[in-house]
Amino acid sequence: MSLTIDINGKSYEAFESETILTVLNRNGIKVPTLCNMKDFIPTGACRICVVEIEGNPKLVSSCSFPVSNGMKIHTHSPRVVEARKTIVELLLSNHPDDCLFCVRNSNCELQNLAKEYHVVERRIHGVKNNHKIDFSSLSIVRDPDKCILCGRCVRVCEETMGVACIEYINRGSKTVIGTTMQKGLNTSSCVNCGQCIMVCPTGALSERNQTSLVQEALGQKDKIVVAQYAPSISVSIAEEFGIKPGKDINGALNAALRKMGFNFVFDTTFGADLTIMEEASELIDRITKGKTLPMFTSCCPAWVKYAEEFAPDFLDNLSSCKSPQQMTGAIIKSYFADKINVKPENIISVSIMPCTAKKFEAQRDTMGRNGINDVDIVISTRELIELIKLYGIDINNIQAELTDSPLGVRSSAGKIFGATGGVMEAALRTAYKKLTGTELTNFKISAVRGFAGRKETKININGLEIGVAVVSGLANAAILLEEIRNGKNDVHFIEVMTCPRGCIAGGGQRIGASESIIEARMQSLYKIDDTETLKVSHKNPEVIELYTNFLGEPLQHRSHELLHTKYSKRDVLL
Amino acid sequence: MKTTLDNILKNYDNSGRDALIPLLQEIQENEGFLSEKSIVMTGKKLNIPTSKIYGVATFYNQFRFEPTGKYHIQVCRGTACHVLGSATVLQELESYLKVKSGQTTRDGFFSIEVVACIGACGLAPVICINGEFYANVTADSIKTIIDTYRAKEQEL
Repeated sequence: MSLTIDINGKSYEAFESETILTVLNRNGIKVPTLCNMKDFIPTGACRICVVEIEGNPKLVSSCSFPVSNGMKIHTHSPRVVEARKTIVELLLSNHPDDCLFCVRNSNCELQNLAKEYHVVERRIHGVKNNHKIDFSSLSIVRDPDKCILCGRCVRVCEETMGVACIEYINRGSKTVIGTTMQKGLNTSSCVNCGQCIMVCPTGALSERNQTSLVQEALGQKDKIVVAQYAPSISVSIAEEFGIKPGKDINGALNAALRKMGFNFVFDTTFGADLTIMEEASELIDRITKGKTLPMFTSCCPAWVKYAEEFAPDFLDNLSSCKSPQQMTGAIIKSYFADKINVKPENIISVSIMPCTAKKFEAQRDTMGRNGINDVDIVISTRELIELIKLYGIDINNIQAELTDSPLGVRSSAGKIFGATGGVMEAALRTAYKKLTGTELTNFKISAVRGFAGRKETKININGLEIGVAVVSGLANAAILLEEIRNGKNDVHFIEVMTCPRGCIAGGGQRIGASESIIEARMQSLYKIDDTETLKVSHKNPEVIELYTNFLGEPLQHRSHELLHTKYSKRDVLL
Repeated sequence: MKTTLDNILKNYDNSGRDALIPLLQEIQENEGFLSEKSIVMTGKKLNIPTSKIYGVATFYNQFRFEPTGKYHIQVCRGTACHVLGSATVLQELESYLKVKSGQTTRDGFFSIEVVACIGACGLAPVICINGEFYANVTADSIKTIIDTYRAKEQEL
């Protein structure tokens, strides 16, 4: 630390070229931010983080202003507080005053700021925003009236995802966030990942809420209503109910879903195990028969849509396996329907996902048979929490229950799907067994764990060296794709997750979860993997039973029909 | 002679994103407006997402996204015209033609464009229809002017 600066009369040390905000955050001084995003270059656009520097006639934005030696900063002087309050009042001047009817009520950064800065009367009257709500997407709803133009969605879409389907349109007071030619999100290149929702400070972006469809389904007494929940769900909701973040509460979740009225509760992790059986077989098939390599995973629906739009040249490289959600859905409406002797059309299949893109995936033409969808309704973690509260279920005082059979048993390999690298690790465990006939001595493949955006390693299986890569964040995937186009040929198997850090930080998760909470979710998944004994998908007794009694062999006729799909080039405004 | 989009784009083979605005200007000069197709092709050529191009193009008043009408009306919104009531003229014109600035009437006869300053402040408020100037226009006279053009169309 080479610099000494003075903040509010106290002296602090700082590094050369740090921003004021970095120093403030490190020393426990909070100034509000709106446009600022961790790990992104600051723009200083919203001005809410302004501070006063002695000798400087103007207030400066602390997020973008570098410190210098001897600088004297005031973070909460009357002038600063007044300026911030005015900014909040201006933001509110054209904002619809409908907090009580807003999806982000009580979890809104603008609302919090209005409270913090004691905005209790309307001093500034502006012309209210009057834009159309964009309902065109199956996953995401955009309400530009509630937008404060902070630009975080634009940046995450462009810089993290490399999609850039939204941008500032028009100028000055007419500025809105919109798509090319102001068409709906559905015809744009949007991949439905939902990361824009995760960074939106207000209710301008939200998931297409389907809780009412679930309520309606649960009310239909002549139908069998079935739930499945993704591997990351049970470790992602604890903190909402005052339980330690990351804690696995799958027992309570099973019980809660039954209390709501679901007739059967399954774990999508079973489908993850099934995916591994098919995907590992497909990988071996591709390697041994000299088919198209590298093979990409296809569990992530946003990545699949991205590939269809931006990388149609790689569609043959995508695994033909459906995602765990769709595999579970297909098995529920075939094998399970037979088993309980109910017609598939009398089953309503609801899935609970950490994801908004899954809503889109479930509606794809190829995801069903005879006009019956594999999965009927998809709700996100957020919508699940809404339903738990709506049905008055006290998660803290509920007796844990098991999932239903025959799609209830899961391996811990399927469970780690929730974190980036998990699919890879699970697939390699099974591929190793299939190629060598023996199990790995150490199941833990550390090189593919962790939150790095790109991880690469080589795995030696019986003298056959397999290069594997794990990427999360589509911008990272785009870089890897370009390298492969330019001749990179030392990778054979690639896992792509759209959301950085994987599904535990997916676009359908709780909004506002801190870094440490997301870390706790990952730790929880790996702890399950460490402590449980069923660590490989191919030993899952119910998966084995399913193949013996119903499917036959992986990649064969019946599994091909139920568990595999096709992709095609998608014509959108890129 | 009008060059086609392909011919225009051919001259930008080795260009980067800094060529965006000149390229859009050239397209508009030749085609009269920026179509969705031309934005998509520009994006492919310069490797820029279409949303970014649309964002840039909507930032500037000079770009339009609909073909101009047979009679293209430029309304000056410079300072002198503003002081003498060009806002009301524009408002009246928009409601009379039932289109906004940047748009074209459904019959394809009229289109409106707002321009900064025509440089004829002595004639304020001034409008320009297909190169012909109309001085000291008012909310009333603008209707008469439009009606003259409509009558001319009906004679044809």
